[in-house]
Amino acid sequence: MLAINNLHAEVEEKQILKGINLDIKPGEVHAIMGPNGSGKSTLGHVLSGREGYEVTQGSVQFGQKDLLEMSIEERAREGLFLAFQYPVEIPGVSNMEFLKASVDAVRAHNELPDLDAVSFMKKARSVCKAVDLDQSFLKRGVNEGFSGGEKKRNEIMQMMLLEPRLAILDETDSGLDIDALQVVAEGVNSLRSPDRSFIVITHYQRLLDYIEPDFVHVLAGGKIVKSGDKSLALELEAKGYAWLAEEVV
Amino acid sequence: MSQEHIDKLIESDYAAGFVTEVESETLPPGLNEDVVRFISGKKNEPQWMLDWRLKAYRAWREMTEPEWAHVDYPPIVFDEISYYSAPKSMADRPQSLDEVDPELIATYNKLGIPLHEQAALAGVAVDVVFDSVSVVTTFKSKLLESGVIFCSMSEAIKDYPELVQKYLGSVVPQKDNFYAALNSAVFSDGSFVYIPKGVRCPMELSTYFRINESNTGQFERTLIIAEEGSHVSYLEGCTAPMRDENQLHAAVVELVVLDNAQIKYSTVQNWYPGNAEGKGGIYNFVTKRGIVHKNARLSWTQVETGSAVTWKYPSCILKGDNSVGEFYSVALTNNYQQADTGTKMIHIGKNTRSTIISKGISAGKSSNVYRGLVRMNPGAEGARNFTQCDSLLIGDKCAAHTFPYIESKHPTAVVEHEATTSKVSDDQLYLCQQRGIDAEKAVSMIVNGFCKEVFKELPMEFAVEAGKLLEVSLEGSVG
Repeated sequence: MLAINNLHAEVEEKQILKGINLDIKPGEVHAIMGPNGSGKSTLGHVLSGREGYEVTQGSVQFGQKDLLEMSIEERAREGLFLAFQYPVEIPGVSNMEFLKASVDAVRAHNELPDLDAVSFMKKARSVCKAVDLDQSFLKRGVNEGFSGGEKKRNEIMQMMLLEPRLAILDETDSGLDIDALQVVAEGVNSLRSPDRSFIVITHYQRLLDYIEPDFVHVLAGGKIVKSGDKSLALELEAKGYAWLAEEVV
Repeated sequence: MSQEHIDKLIESDYAAGFVTEVESETLPPGLNEDVVRFISGKKNEPQWMLDWRLKAYRAWREMTEPEWAHVDYPPIVFDEISYYSAPKSMADRPQSLDEVDPELIATYNKLGIPLHEQAALAGVAVDVVFDSVSVVTTFKSKLLESGVIFCSMSEAIKDYPELVQKYLGSVVPQKDNFYAALNSAVFSDGSFVYIPKGVRCPMELSTYFRINESNTGQFERTLIIAEEGSHVSYLEGCTAPMRDENQLHAAVVELVVLDNAQIKYSTVQNWYPGNAEGKGGIYNFVTKRGIVHKNARLSWTQVETGSAVTWKYPSCILKGDNSVGEFYSVALTNNYQQADTGTKMIHIGKNTRSTIISKGISAGKSSNVYRGLVRMNPGAEGARNFTQCDSLLIGDKCAAHTFPYIESKHPTAVVEHEATTSKVSDDQLYLCQQRGIDAEKAVSMIVNGFCKEVFKELPMEFAVEAGKLLEVSLEGSVG
């Protein structure tokens, strides 16, 4: 699904990623943990192709394609989804209009006709319900005046609508209360399938109680310093990151 | 989203920029009393009309161009402009659409203007002004059944002289300003609408203006009279071919809204804006004003995307008690376009109300100015105004300015002003792109969202058109 090989990247001429290697197979859930400033979010943005995040070395293979050759929207249309840590507001553009444009862009890429309005609405309503958002959110501006928790649930709603091949969740749990956390986790779990993979970036082990990862990686100083199964997350919860950081230094 | 990327995409094509090969009769450039006499004579005008024009011309000669607007352009040489051009085949006015030069019809079809059955389907009556002459007015007879007069200004001067004499210049006097005076002297045609007492006009009325000939100025004059308790919705659209030289368009629109009447006046202005280097384009210097009597309502809605330089302030004189004035505006500038536009709300009567919603969008190296005046006169007891003025910037080389003037001479008058400036942010574009939406579509969505409050004021079929127009005007404005 995704093969990251010796990935180096810099932001504003500062080296952030210093040789990431990661192989994600279809159906797997990989958790990426690590201290602040270790490069977790950077990895997400590099993979989605954000402007200003420059790859200086290495390669990323997404399915049969060279991910780094593609534009942001091409990656998205190929099925890469990033749930943002800080979703921005787009005043005046309704969630519905935004989602329809998004769904149709992906469909056009797959040589499918635009989704008819009735089918779209049916689907949009059902995913809204799944993340416990009132249907009125479809008519509101994208993230406009949403609470922190609503913004995060809105991201998961979009993910469920778009059904990506690879979803990257960038600290989706931050700022969520326990109920919202469960809603988000349920949304993710409902999408788990043998041909869909997840990268769950998180600071805390808490989310992983609900979304059970197949692998846990610790990112520190721009490198993966330790990988393991879900028990690694519990170990980190108990011991913190300091012992790993020391190993790297 | 890098600036470079944004720059690359700030290059748009002007879809209405073709020239139509129609044989024209065009007056040599220059302006003097003989030209005024020629125009008047060409139209077989009565003596009073010629006198009125000459009075305006003499006043104009003594006037100087206004310089207070926040726009910058080389001085206009008024003697290099031709003040009259008419398609030659129009010498004998066509009696029906079948007699209209097919080239002209083709032009309007190219512009997507509904002339034939389309017009019937859309329920729109259209008057078309090509260069200086009104070409054809559809649905004239159908409208007359309900007593509505919709014809060219030239016809009105001939057929309804008492109405024209009574109201022409009553809202915008000949000496009102430099360009209004010029227009009064040389206006060649335009639309005339009269809605009788208590009549609700059965369809949307619409005029399309097009400048075709080079080196000609277009000076149309529109006069709409809504008698007591009547109601009309009117839309005008404008386009011009792409030409390297600048062309002058100086129009005057006068609206008379009598007691309990309503006029809704919508404009979709898409004059040629000049090329990406700022060469060519229309100078759009327009005076639009309405006088609003007791319990009457005047609503201006404008979508301004064209012209190299725009200078335009559709205004309401709220004379009657309880009268209402509204101004909803979207002004978009791209490349080197300059717009200085806004409104004037003059509250004279008691309990008069006005609303101003202005949305300015600047892209490229353009400059977009909102200039508005809200004046509460000493008699404007209980008058209220609400102004909301929002600017959206795309890229980092454009400018947005807001000059609100507020004068309140009555202690009970309430004036509210809200203003915001925002930018299409990289983060917004990133979010859209991450969801598979390309940047161009994203910008157009964001801009349309920004303008939503104004678009919903447009007649339905034109709201779609306006959205499309913004899309085209922004084509390539962001990547």
